[in-house]
Amino acid sequence: MQKFTVHKGLVLPMDRANVDTDAIIPKQFLKSIRRTGFGQNLFDAWRYMDEGQPGQDCSKRPLNKDFVLNQARYKGASILIARKNFGCGSSREHAPWALGEYGFRAMIAPSYGDIFFNNSLKNGLLPIVLDEAKVERLFNEAAPFPGYALEINLEAQVVIKPDGDSYHFDIEPFSKYCLLNGFDDIGLTLRHAAVIRAFEDKRKIEQPWLFT
Amino acid sequence: MIQQTLYDKLWASHAVRAEDDGTTLLYIDRHLVHEVTSPQAYEGLKVAGRGVWRKDSVVATADHNTPTDHWEEGIKDPISRLQVETLNANIKEYGAKVFFPFLDKRQGIVHVIGPENGFTLPGMTVVCGDSHTSTHGAFACLAYGVGTSEVEHVLATQTLLAKKMQNMLVQVEGDIPRGVTGKDIALAIIRRIGTAGGTGCAVEFAGSAIRALSMEGRMTLCNMAIEAGARAGMVGVDEVTLNYLKGRPYAPMGVAWDRAVAYWRTLQSDPGSKFDRVVQIDARELKPHVTWGTSPEMVVTVEDRVPDPEKEKDAVRREGMERALVYMGLQPNTAIKDIRIDKVFIGSCTNSRIEDLRAAAAVVRGRRKAANVKLALVVPGSGQVKLQAEKEGLDRIFKDAGFEWREPGCSMCLGMNADRLEPGERCASTSNRNFEGRQGTGGRTHLVSPAMAAAAGVAGHFVDVRELR
Repeated sequence: MQKFTVHKGLVLPMDRANVDTDAIIPKQFLKSIRRTGFGQNLFDAWRYMDEGQPGQDCSKRPLNKDFVLNQARYKGASILIARKNFGCGSSREHAPWALGEYGFRAMIAPSYGDIFFNNSLKNGLLPIVLDEAKVERLFNEAAPFPGYALEINLEAQVVIKPDGDSYHFDIEPFSKYCLLNGFDDIGLTLRHAAVIRAFEDKRKIEQPWLFT
Repeated sequence: MIQQTLYDKLWASHAVRAEDDGTTLLYIDRHLVHEVTSPQAYEGLKVAGRGVWRKDSVVATADHNTPTDHWEEGIKDPISRLQVETLNANIKEYGAKVFFPFLDKRQGIVHVIGPENGFTLPGMTVVCGDSHTSTHGAFACLAYGVGTSEVEHVLATQTLLAKKMQNMLVQVEGDIPRGVTGKDIALAIIRRIGTAGGTGCAVEFAGSAIRALSMEGRMTLCNMAIEAGARAGMVGVDEVTLNYLKGRPYAPMGVAWDRAVAYWRTLQSDPGSKFDRVVQIDARELKPHVTWGTSPEMVVTVEDRVPDPEKEKDAVRREGMERALVYMGLQPNTAIKDIRIDKVFIGSCTNSRIEDLRAAAAVVRGRRKAANVKLALVVPGSGQVKLQAEKEGLDRIFKDAGFEWREPGCSMCLGMNADRLEPGERCASTSNRNFEGRQGTGGRTHLVSPAMAAAAGVAGHFVDVRELR
């Protein structure tokens, strides 16, 4: 997993609530057996005027000029600000894969779908939770200023605004540790293989019907 | 002794070890695998040179991409075919307790085959790379959807890293009126608490109305827990649970059954146990529900009208409503019963079990599909459901009415196969999500119960199933 320490980047506002993972990456792209290639289809149905197909060259597709991703001022954005319940719905990890491949490193929203939140953490995509009033302020500040950028310091758990003001955010210590170091969970878990094996052996005796 | 909720008990009995911050390794008993969210997980194992920890915990099937007609012609879409073949190859290489591949008689939607075969048993942790894994909570399991990285983690370690969620109780009391189903209860709950209402929570459904539901109804309800934001929904064990499980092919038998039942009976919340949140619903007031928008919380009863965004004070919500109405091609204040439909879909992990098909068939019997309805699809949840329905003659009832009787699979719930809506088409659907484009780019979905979908199919527009005679 890619490490996350300090990141400064251009902000893109996704100003709608309950953005679901079907919208982030529509189902036709889930047929792929790879982890890559999803960035060009991020928000496909909102981003292009035609219906996207897997494996297609997207450079010639007609763009929806009104959609925020297609506006020149947000080109190269790496921090997404969103409304409540971002990433609700399906468990598809293709959603954080698509966001990451497009170039996003962090998101800021009042809340996320639980599964999407977890999936993002596993992919070095930092889902920051701030209360609605602070997110509203970020939306209001970003809108009038092309080039509006934020700095995120994971070690210090702060989002630093262009005016120098900063917002503290919470994160589970274990998730923070994994992100800061870019650790692969499986490797960490397998250090406890003997404990898992002992738990399993006990379970076989107590509930043998689970092991037949 | 401290009073524990059902979730507390399930959590405690699977906690292997914990980090200082409470991040816990949870032991996973049952791992359901399908073709869409597993290929990258198996590839990850391969790249890291890791094996599968416990292959007899794995139950696999192909469901999302599989066609629902002309099985003899195989899977025509080469990309879908490759994904299904990749699952075949991965199961061959890494093993599984049971694999029901495409064309197998027992193949079906992963959340239908688990319970019907007894792969899902009370007290288990059940995970799958699919958000509707919450379905299995109907059996007093801790069951929830995970992403592909977590699929790989479970394959490699038999555990998941998790933080304990909050306890939420949804208590539904009173007699359920005629024409109201588990689906309507689920939609009524989502209407009340919103699609983020259960975020961060494990939800237990309890009360006399829940106890009165069949296992099929409870599965529908737990299935939709994720649409209320809750990863896991659950119902405590009672006689209904035990009666459903007894004699299932992979349920314990004889002495092992008796021993299991003694334990399973403890799988309920202790009297007086504490919940972080409680929601009370009066079942007697419930009516059939129909969604009007692009989120399951955009829902009203069949007696209502499409709401007017102008009456909404919150700006973000109002814009969401306006956008949804444009997408859905609806005017505010239109009576739900005046909405005409183009297609009907009866199926999905929410509503494709035998009881669902019986309810739909009871409405369709002796009637005809309306002329303006281009297609009414009935897709059983599994090969076994299909067989049972055919034994009961339900297939004939549907076919006589002009409905199509198909092979099992996820089908038009998400349109990964050829079954989908065309742009602008409006569908009465028994599935779980009315998101933009969910059933096909530009498609318009209205979520309803099987009886309501069937009734819309014969009337050509939404009707109150309680008024049908």
